[in-house]
Amino acid sequence: MAKTTTAPRARAKAKGKTVAMTGNAGCALAMKQINPDVVAAYPITPQTTIVEEFANYVANGQVDTEYVNVESEHSAMSACIGASAAGARVMTTTSSQGLALMWEELSIASAMRLPIVMHNVNRALSGPINIHCDHSDSMGARDMGWVQLFSETAQESYDNTIIAVKVAEKALLPVMVLHDGFITSHAIDRFDVLDDADVQKFVGEYKPKHALLNVDNPETFGPFAMPAFYYEQRKALRVALDAAKDIVLKVSNDYAKISGREYGLFEEYRLADANIAIVVLGSTAGTTKYVIDEAREKGVKVGMLKLRLFRPFPAAEIAAALSHLKAVAVMDRSDSIGALGGPVYLEVKAALYNSKKRPQIQGYVYGLGGRDTGPDQIETVIEDLKKIAGGKEAPREAVTLLGVKE
Amino acid sequence: MGEGKLTEIRWHARGGQGAVTAAKLLAETALAQGNYFQAFPEYGPERMGAPIQAFTRISTEPIHIRSSVTNPNIVVVLDPTLLNTVDVTAGMQTDGILIVNTDDEPAEIRKMLRLKGRKIYTVNATRIAQETIGRPIPNTPMMGALVRATGMMPIENLADYVRSSFGKKFAAEIIEGNVKAVERAYAEVKAE
Repeated sequence: MAKTTTAPRARAKAKGKTVAMTGNAGCALAMKQINPDVVAAYPITPQTTIVEEFANYVANGQVDTEYVNVESEHSAMSACIGASAAGARVMTTTSSQGLALMWEELSIASAMRLPIVMHNVNRALSGPINIHCDHSDSMGARDMGWVQLFSETAQESYDNTIIAVKVAEKALLPVMVLHDGFITSHAIDRFDVLDDADVQKFVGEYKPKHALLNVDNPETFGPFAMPAFYYEQRKALRVALDAAKDIVLKVSNDYAKISGREYGLFEEYRLADANIAIVVLGSTAGTTKYVIDEAREKGVKVGMLKLRLFRPFPAAEIAAALSHLKAVAVMDRSDSIGALGGPVYLEVKAALYNSKKRPQIQGYVYGLGGRDTGPDQIETVIEDLKKIAGGKEAPREAVTLLGVKE
Repeated sequence: MGEGKLTEIRWHARGGQGAVTAAKLLAETALAQGNYFQAFPEYGPERMGAPIQAFTRISTEPIHIRSSVTNPNIVVVLDPTLLNTVDVTAGMQTDGILIVNTDDEPAEIRKMLRLKGRKIYTVNATRIAQETIGRPIPNTPMMGALVRATGMMPIENLADYVRSSFGKKFAAEIIEGNVKAVERAYAEVKAE
């Protein structure tokens, strides 16, 4: 099986430096270092500081990017699709309602196999209107045919942005990089960045396989597909997205060689000898590590599986990584209203269903609309898992809403 | 700060007093010391004059926790009028440190807040800022008081950092004013 997990730091070949920067500033810096041909974006909290900082790079002549000011996110993604089809390396960024307004273009971008890289700063969808973090925006886009890479920290967000460019161009698919609104986007954090030249060398010159502006070899883009062809097009997209899993691993391994930072499909934290575990993604994985370290000191054998790649969903690898456990909690920062629980819970549970050996599983929704998720909530989850693993309680059928007021 | 120990700081201020800048500056100073840190404001309906909070975490080890600071080791109050309206000592550690920008003595603040235990420091940072920088922005002098109260670094390191960090953006007299503000607050802060 392919290596799936985050390993200890390898030796970095490239130099770089350590910075004190917000997650959004790190993302803008990565975009500057990538120096895309076209960026079309519209500002929205909490993504705004990315476009602000990137616009500064453009205004200061530090990038060669054609920066397209648009009047909405619908136009932003439309402009990205046009530019990408023309043969340009294209990036954009958004949040929440902005992503929602891109909806109809999202599936067109993936169906046209356009390697657009979009940073989405996770923010709750309205309503009620809210500017704070949850994953309802990008989870809502999970069936749109985009690769989705979640980031726990500013470091991961910076690294994922650079990795995403190569993944998109190798897979011929759009890639969405996610980090948590305000928690990661606006907190000043310590992380390591590469030198501009090393990023340039890593992403290389973009040579599109198909380009509308290649007049020597005219091709058709985005045609109408009748029932005789539509289905096969969708099959091709499924095959392509499935294949993106190995591409993510390959590009991440290449990136580890220059950065010293290794990333897998997911990170296993103190999981190998655990008998209970929490599955989580985004910044709450950090708080979960903190709580696990404390619980381990008291002898509780708890671990964590932090998802990095959510689309394509690495079901077999996750099932294998969790099979030795007695009980697993899956924490979702978004709800799938009307379903059994949140989207991550549903996927993990489905991934385990046909396994001969599988843990008991319980689903949680937490932190909607930026509700703070402190160690106390994660401690509650561990207490629940101990009861389930000890046979004192059966897993609850209904999803548990953590930290909600009665 | 002990080896690997996490120090959590909560800043109380009014919008426009520079609490976010102070939390950021402290984080950058921590980087210069080779430490790990997080600095983040509480984002709400912030506007000039409204009560705001900001947070800084500092450790010699990587920091994983990402939730808000609820049990701070150190509380810094940039505006004394907040003492009547905001529960600035909420959740504070029993061995915590409270630093207030005020002309009052620490004993008076203790009486007013009915605070038991913990250490209280006071300094008139607004006056120091007015006299050194020429503007009543208390954030940099409060950094000097914080360094004195915690011993987190030699004051020379903070002064050096202010010089190198502000050097990119401000005129020499403003930079030296800020350095003087830091040094004066460090010298003038009173403890109880």
